[in-house]
Amino acid sequence: MVKLTINDKIIEAADGATILEAAYAAGIAIPHLCYLKDINQIGACRVCVVEVEGVDRLAAACNTPVEEGMVIFTNSSRARKARRTNVQLLLSQHDSRCPTCTRNGNCGLQSLAANLNVLYAPYVPRLPEDRWDKNSPLIRAESKCIKCMRCVQVCDKIQAVHVWDVSGTGSRTAVNVSKNRTLDEADCTYCGQCITHCPVGALFARDDTERVFAAIDDPDIVTVVQVAPAVRTAWAESFGVNRETATPKRMAAALRRLGFNYVFDTSFAADLTVIEEGTEFIKRLTNADNHRWPMFTSCCPGWVRFLKAHYPDMTANLSTAKSPQQMFGAVTKSFFAKKIGVDPHKIFCVSVMPCSSKKSECDLPTMNDACGDPDVDVVITTREFSKMLHTQGMIPELLPEEEFDSPLGSSTGAAVIFGASGGVMVAALRSAYFLLTGNNIDPDAFSLVTVMDGWREAMISIPGTGDVRIAIISGLANAQRLIEMVRKGEASYDFVEIMACPGGCSGGGGQPIDMGAELAAERGDVLWRLDRESEIRYSHDNMDVKALYDDFLKEPLGELSHHLLHTDHNAWEMPCSDE
Amino acid sequence: MLRMSNIIMLRPCSGTEDYHRHMSRFEIMTESNAYIVMDGLYRDMERRMAASPPGQCPVDLVLSFTTLCLAQSCGKCVPCRVGLGTLSGILEDILDGNADDETLKLLESTASGIADSADCAIGYESARMVLDMIKNFNDDFVEHVGKRRCLGGHDVPVPCVCVCPANVDIPGYIALVHQDRCDDAIRLIRKDNPFPVACGYVCEHPCERRCRRNMIDDAVNIRALKRYAVDNANVVDPPECSEPTGKRIAIIGGGPGGLSAAYYLKLMGHDVTVFERRKQLGGMLRYGIPAYRFPREMLERDIEAILKTSIDVKLGVDVGADAALEEILETYDSIFIAIGAQNDSRPRLEGEDLKGVIAAVELLRGIGDGDLPDLSGKTVAVIGGGNVAMDAARTSQRLGAKKVYCVYRRRQEDMTALPAEVEGAIAEGVELITLKLPSSIERDADGNAIALRVKPQLPGMIGPDRRPRPVDADLPEERIEADIIVLAMGQKVETDIYARAGIPIDSGTIEAMSNGQIVSNSKVFAGGDCATGPATAIRAIAAGKVAAANIDEFLGFNHTISVDVDIPPVIMASKPARGRVNTTEREAGDRKDDFVGIECGMTREGAEIESARCLRCDHFGYGVFRGGRNNKW
Repeated sequence: MVKLTINDKIIEAADGATILEAAYAAGIAIPHLCYLKDINQIGACRVCVVEVEGVDRLAAACNTPVEEGMVIFTNSSRARKARRTNVQLLLSQHDSRCPTCTRNGNCGLQSLAANLNVLYAPYVPRLPEDRWDKNSPLIRAESKCIKCMRCVQVCDKIQAVHVWDVSGTGSRTAVNVSKNRTLDEADCTYCGQCITHCPVGALFARDDTERVFAAIDDPDIVTVVQVAPAVRTAWAESFGVNRETATPKRMAAALRRLGFNYVFDTSFAADLTVIEEGTEFIKRLTNADNHRWPMFTSCCPGWVRFLKAHYPDMTANLSTAKSPQQMFGAVTKSFFAKKIGVDPHKIFCVSVMPCSSKKSECDLPTMNDACGDPDVDVVITTREFSKMLHTQGMIPELLPEEEFDSPLGSSTGAAVIFGASGGVMVAALRSAYFLLTGNNIDPDAFSLVTVMDGWREAMISIPGTGDVRIAIISGLANAQRLIEMVRKGEASYDFVEIMACPGGCSGGGGQPIDMGAELAAERGDVLWRLDRESEIRYSHDNMDVKALYDDFLKEPLGELSHHLLHTDHNAWEMPCSDE
Repeated sequence: MLRMSNIIMLRPCSGTEDYHRHMSRFEIMTESNAYIVMDGLYRDMERRMAASPPGQCPVDLVLSFTTLCLAQSCGKCVPCRVGLGTLSGILEDILDGNADDETLKLLESTASGIADSADCAIGYESARMVLDMIKNFNDDFVEHVGKRRCLGGHDVPVPCVCVCPANVDIPGYIALVHQDRCDDAIRLIRKDNPFPVACGYVCEHPCERRCRRNMIDDAVNIRALKRYAVDNANVVDPPECSEPTGKRIAIIGGGPGGLSAAYYLKLMGHDVTVFERRKQLGGMLRYGIPAYRFPREMLERDIEAILKTSIDVKLGVDVGADAALEEILETYDSIFIAIGAQNDSRPRLEGEDLKGVIAAVELLRGIGDGDLPDLSGKTVAVIGGGNVAMDAARTSQRLGAKKVYCVYRRRQEDMTALPAEVEGAIAEGVELITLKLPSSIERDADGNAIALRVKPQLPGMIGPDRRPRPVDADLPEERIEADIIVLAMGQKVETDIYARAGIPIDSGTIEAMSNGQIVSNSKVFAGGDCATGPATAIRAIAAGKVAAANIDEFLGFNHTISVDVDIPPVIMASKPARGRVNTTEREAGDRKDDFVGIECGMTREGAEIESARCLRCDHFGYGVFRGGRNNKW
C-alpha cells in the first residue's frame, strides 16, 4: 500500500494502482473519456489529467501509477483548464450534430462536455469526410471518431481479430481497417464489440428499422417477428425501466403493438437447436473416430466467421446445426407458411437480435433453404428495436403482459438461457443426457469450474456413455487461446460452446450501450432466473417442438431437418483466411 | 515584441530618414535578443528533426517541409512565392483523399517548373526536395491517391528499440539501471542480445540517434548506461535450455553473429556446434577491436555466459581446410554461416607487396592472439578513414611507433570513423593527413617500404552517400616518409569455398534473404558481415538472432525466448533540459602507451542522473498503446 494525498484528503492505495483508480476508491471521480479499464489506459484524450505537486506537467490519471507521498489535485485550475481545452479540441473535429446521431443522449463526449460546462467551442470545426459503405452491417463515421483507440484495443485484446488499426500519422492519424483493407476485405466477425465500446457514435450497426416499418406498412405482406433470448434482458433499458418490470410478456405486447402479424420467440428455435445439435453430438460421440474433436457450437455467427477466417481447417469441428435465428426463418417459411396457408414469398421474417453479426448471417448465400428467398429477411438489433418503440411512443411499463403467438412462440427455460454464456451447453447437455439415458438430469447439476475470465469447463458423467469434457468460452481472444491449446495438445474437450461476445449474447454487440458498464453478467442473471422460474426446463419437453417433428420434420437429423436446419459451413468463404 | 534583425555585422543604412538621422554609411550590428531566441529555435528544430520518429508518412513530411520552405521565401519570384504554396495545397489534397492520378501529375509538373525556374535556392531546392520525395516514395503517394490510405505508421513505437538492430528493450534496462538492478538489466538485455558487455563497451549505439530526449536537450547516453550495468553486475547465468530437440546445427564462425545464433538455438534445445578457425572465440570483437577499447577480460564475460549453455565449440578448425564444408552441409540439420569479413580489400597500390606494408586486419588479428609487434622508432602511415584505420593508428601508437600518420583521401568530417575515435586518436598523437590520395609506395634497395606517395585532393561533387567525392587537385604529388604502411581501406569476405559449394554469392558477399536463408526452403542460413559486408557488432548479433528464430521455425519448432524481469513503473517527474552525462577517458598522455581500457565508466551518481533523463517512451506516447515491450520472441 502507498499513502498519498488527493485533493487534501490522505488516502491509501494499492501498489501499482493508477491515480484514477485510487481516487475513485476514495470517492473522487476524475473525468475521463478514452479510458477503458484494463483494455485502454493509454492517456490519449488527456481529459483525466491531474496536477501532481512538484511535477511541471499534468499527469494522465488513467495510467500514472500512484507513488508514496504523491500530492495530487484533480481539479486545480490548471487541470480544469487543460481538460476543458482538450474537450474543445475534440469537439473541433467531431460532428456535433447530436440530434441525428445514434448515440444522442448516450454519448461519452456529449455528457463530458455537458458535465464540464463547455458552453462554447472556440475552434472552427474541421470535419473529415465520411466515406464508408452504407450497406455494411458495421458502419464507421470518420467525422465522429475521436481516436480514443478503444475499438482497436477491444478488437485486439478481447476479440483477437485485429480488424481495426491506427491509420496514417500526424494530424491525419485516424482509425481504419488494418493493413489498408476495406471492411469487406477484412476478416471482421461483425461481433460489434467495437460498437458497444465506442464512446461516441463513430461506430454503429446499419440501421434497418425503415425496412421493418415498410414491411409492416405493406398490407400484402405477412410480418413474422422472432426475438432472441437475450433481447428480453435489455429491451427496455433505454427507457430506464427496471428488469423486473421489463418482462418478456411486456416485450411481446410491445412487438404486437409495433404491428407485427405474428410475434414469435427465437427461443422456440433454440429448443429445436438443442434437439438437433444434441442429437448430432450423440451421433458424433457414437462414431467418434470419424469426427474432429472437440465439437464446437455453431449458433454464434461471429464465432463461425472467426473460426473460418483463422482456423479454416477446423471448420469441420463446427456443429452443422444452423443458429436458432436461421432455423426459425427456415421453419417459418416452410412449416408455418404451409400451416397458415400463406405463400412463403409473402412472409417477411424479422429478427430482433442482441447482435450485429446476425445482420451478416441472414445475408449468407446459404441461408435460403425454405423457399429460395432469404429465410430471415431483416435483422434489427436490440438497440434498433428500442428505437422503434421510442419512435412509436411506447411506454413499456404501461404495457400489458401478453403471450407470444403459437406455435413458434413457446419455449423452455433451456432455450431462454441461450442468451447467456454457458446456456447453450447446459441446455444441450440436459437433452443429450435424456436422449442417452432416458432420464432427466437435475437441470442445475452442472458445476462449472472457472479456468479464467470467459473460460469455464466441466466434466459430465453420463451413465452408459462416460465422461464428457466440456468448455464454455466467451470472447474470441479466449476462443483463440483454447484453440491454440487444443492444437498443441495442452487442452482436450469433447464439446465446446463459444460465443464471440464476452458474457455471451446478453453482452452482444447489438445490445443497448451503457457507457463504462459491462452488463452482460447482470443481464445473463435475468435469463438464468427465467430458466429457474420456468415450468419446463428441458428442450425435449417443448410440446410445440415435439409437434413440429411429428407433423413436419419427422426426426432430428432426418432428411427435412438436414435440408432446413443444418448448413454447410464450407459453402461460403471468408474474405481473408489465414493459412 | 521580438523582431529578427540581420545577421551581418555591418550593413548599409537603408531609408533616407535613417541616413539623415545618423549621418552614417554603416552601423555595427549587435546580436539582438530576437536573434538569439530565433537561433535557439533553429537549433531546437534541428534536434527535433534528428529525433523524428521512424514510420512517419513521407507525404505528410514533405508537406511540412514545403510549408517551412515557403515561410523562408522572400516573395520576389513567382515559382517560389506562389508555386510552393500551390505545392502545399496539392499535397493537402492528396492527404485529404481529394486527389486522383491527374493530381499526382500536376504535383510533379508544378515541382519541376519551380525547380527549373525559381530564382534562388530557397525555391529551386524546395522543389527538388519534393521531386526527390515523389521519386523515392512513389508507393506512398499512390496509396494516398488510389486508396486514400497511408503506408506510414509507428510499427515499433519506441524509437530506440525500433532502431536497435536487435530490438533490445532499452527503456526497460535503463529503468533497471536507475534502480541499480544491474543483474536484471543483463537478463533483460540477453533476451535480445547475448553480448551485453560487448555492446556496453563498443556498440555504435544507433539507438541514440532517434532518442526522443533529443527534442529536449540531447540523446540519453544509452551505451554508457549499458556499460554501467555490465560493469556493476554480478555473474549472471543464462536461463535454462528447453528440452533437447535432437536437431543438430552447425555454426561456421565464432564471432558475435555466430555465437548469438548459437546461444539462442541452444536455449531452444537444439544441439549446436560452432566451428571457429582461430584459437579463440569472439571474432572481430577479439581480432578486430583493440583491447584499449574493449578489455579482453570483459569480452570473456559475454563468452563465458554463452558457453555456459554448453554449446559445442571446435576451435582452430578452418572449415574448408580442416573440415569439409560439404560434409557439414550434408550432416547437419541446419547450418548458419557467419564467417565475417576477414580479408582486407584495397584498390591496387603500387608497392603494396613491399616489406613493411601490412593490412590493418592482419595487424589487429595478431594482437588478438597476443602477438604484439615492436614498432619502436618506426614511422607508421595508416591509410584509411574508418574505425579500423583509427584502431590501427592508435594501436601503432601503443606499439611504440615514433610517429603515426593517418592518411585519408577525403576531409576529416568525411571520415566514417566515429568522431570520438578520430578525436581520441588525435589526442594520442596521431596526425591526420587529409585530402591525400595514396598513389604508390616507395622502396629502398632491399625492398623495404620507405615512403608513401600521395596525390593532393579537393572535395568534389556530393555523392549518394552525401559526402563529397575527392578529385585530384592541381598540385604535385607529395611524399610521406614511413617505415610501416598499414592498409585500412576495407574488408572483404572469403567466399571462394562457399561459391564452390554452390552457395550464392553476390558482389563479394554471401547472398541471404531477409530471414537469413540463402534461398527459400534451404537449411543453410547466413548472416553478419559475410552477408552484408563489413558492418557492426550489433548488426551481426541481430543477424544471429534472426537466424536462430528462423532456423527454429525451419526445423518445425516455435520456441520462444523470454525473460521474467519486472520493469519498474514510470516515475512521474519533471523533465527539464539538462546536460547529458558523458563518460570520460583516461588522459591521453597516460593512456597512449598501453592497451588498458581508456574509457572510464559512469559513477553510480552519474548513472542515476543519466538514467532519470530517459523519457520512458515505452510508457509515454505510442508505447503504452502499441506495446512498449515485447516480453518474448
